[in-house]
Amino acid sequence: MDLSRLQRLNQWCWTLPLAEGERRGEVRIYGSRELLEAMDNKVMEQITNVARLPGLVGPAMAMPDAHWGYGFPIGGVAAFDPEKGGIISAGGVGFDISCGIRCLRTNLDLTDVVGKLPSLARGLSENIPAGVGEEGELKLNVSELDEVLIGGAQWAVQCGYGTEADLKFIEENGRMTNPVPENVSMLAKKRQRGEMGTLGSGNHYLEVQVVDRIHDRPAAEAYGLHEGQIVVSIHCGSRGLGHQIGTDYLVSLAKAASRLGISLPDRELACAPINSPEGQQYIGAMNAAMNCALANRQILTHLTRETFRHEVADAVLDTLFDVSHNTCKPEYHSVNGGKRLLYVHRKGATRAFGPGNPSLPERYRAIGQPVVIGGSMGTGSYILAGTAESERLAFSSASHGAGRAMSRHQALKQWRGRQLVDELAREGILIRTRSMRGVAEEAPGAYKDVNLVAEATEQAGLARRVAFLRPKVCVKG
Amino acid sequence: MNSAPMTDAYFEHGADVGIVGRGATIEQAFEDAARATFAIMTDLDAVHPIETVNLELEEADNELALVRWLNLLLGLARERGLALGQFHLERDGMRWRGTASGEPWRAALERGVEVKGATLTMLEVKKTASGWEARCIVDV
Repeated sequence: MDLSRLQRLNQWCWTLPLAEGERRGEVRIYGSRELLEAMDNKVMEQITNVARLPGLVGPAMAMPDAHWGYGFPIGGVAAFDPEKGGIISAGGVGFDISCGIRCLRTNLDLTDVVGKLPSLARGLSENIPAGVGEEGELKLNVSELDEVLIGGAQWAVQCGYGTEADLKFIEENGRMTNPVPENVSMLAKKRQRGEMGTLGSGNHYLEVQVVDRIHDRPAAEAYGLHEGQIVVSIHCGSRGLGHQIGTDYLVSLAKAASRLGISLPDRELACAPINSPEGQQYIGAMNAAMNCALANRQILTHLTRETFRHEVADAVLDTLFDVSHNTCKPEYHSVNGGKRLLYVHRKGATRAFGPGNPSLPERYRAIGQPVVIGGSMGTGSYILAGTAESERLAFSSASHGAGRAMSRHQALKQWRGRQLVDELAREGILIRTRSMRGVAEEAPGAYKDVNLVAEATEQAGLARRVAFLRPKVCVKG
Repeated sequence: MNSAPMTDAYFEHGADVGIVGRGATIEQAFEDAARATFAIMTDLDAVHPIETVNLELEEADNELALVRWLNLLLGLARERGLALGQFHLERDGMRWRGTASGEPWRAALERGVEVKGATLTMLEVKKTASGWEARCIVDV
């Protein structure tokens, strides 16, 4: 990114000053100079376009892991006031609605399972449907699927996929309110018929990880983490249903924006006012897709537990937290000394509520919300805790991953999947996949340094580091 | 599958994939764009045309028609559990009628990366000196 146009507000926060006569909201990009220099100029272009949308409250923001997306950049955060003509944008949520990470802590240490990792890897790759064209064992008809869209993870637990205890540690207690399954097309529902309990492909994964380093001991204790402990992270979303809703509404909102006289700086920012029939229709469908994603991760949690218990009879896998990073949610935030209801788009960004937030489970309330920054399969991931100042800085938002540093096409030219799998095996990381092309595209070198992203996230005040997790087994789609 | 597919069918995007379809007519350019999209998921030459899906849409805007054509193909392929490899499209004014052929996913088919949908990003359908070109970013 060309930094010459930016003004540095502090070491970890940058803004783009208004040009003469320019009318738009504030733009803020979080990150170190090194991270910003590596970002594509398109990130600045896209977040600046977001700042031109109606009803924006506060700045349009890019997190430290931001990269070029469609509509909003990945790592984009923007809040809109429904009473001020604020909009909802399908391109501000993403196609994989409510994609996120379920993190499970186990009662096992690496020393308990080190000899069992190969069979654990085999079991997980056999039991977790992953990759293009793969379906799950659960087949749902349309009316059963409507129950999923209404009930979310609560539906899954009622069906025997997990326990009530899981629900306390999922955002919205496992069920997004106000879903409208009638707003979801029949094709979207049919597309999901065989996809409940599937991982997907691309950057989705299931990882068995070891807690390598503790950064914040009181927070780690509250989260039930210690060095040497095995944890599991499941990264996936709303599968075909969410993808179809995204594609259906991207086109219909583009047409609505034109009809409603919303001047879009770019067609890809297709949107409608929150308080319009078109906006409300998308919100109902999006909420339904969020429930689909929550149910999907709940089923995958169940399959993971079954696999672990096959290898270690007394294995316990408790939900540490489940957090989505492709959402738009109504939330109350402090604006000019008062509380206002805002619709906060987080596209490739994680909600990061600070200590004391009433929506957090009691166990974490004094510490702050767990935030997961998922890294590449060869490096590692971070668990962080939301901070009080993140509310002021970014409507309580933080980074969601390492963020790509290189296109998939470039990665394919640079790496071979088989070679990467062998190299990582020599480093003690077992990769199980049916797609060597997918592995090459997801090469660790194609991502930013997750350590730099986590450091910038902490230094900017968005969330503070709690623990670093190193991968041991990675199931890729 | 671990080789970069036909290089002239793709263009760079930071996180996703840019696809390009070219043809003597707009219909052929759309068919070519469909091939570029589905080649991200598997080796099209290995896909047997056993099952056919039919689709129809009405769209006056050529660019939105490209996105809708690709997304309908992706949706139908996923709904029916098919790997699609052959595409045909006809146009009558704003009415587009297409067919696509392929087969249910089987173990021997190579697995690439799932395409979630076609986006409006870098969306362009234009006439060129040699015919038509249709391009957009697909989300993977």
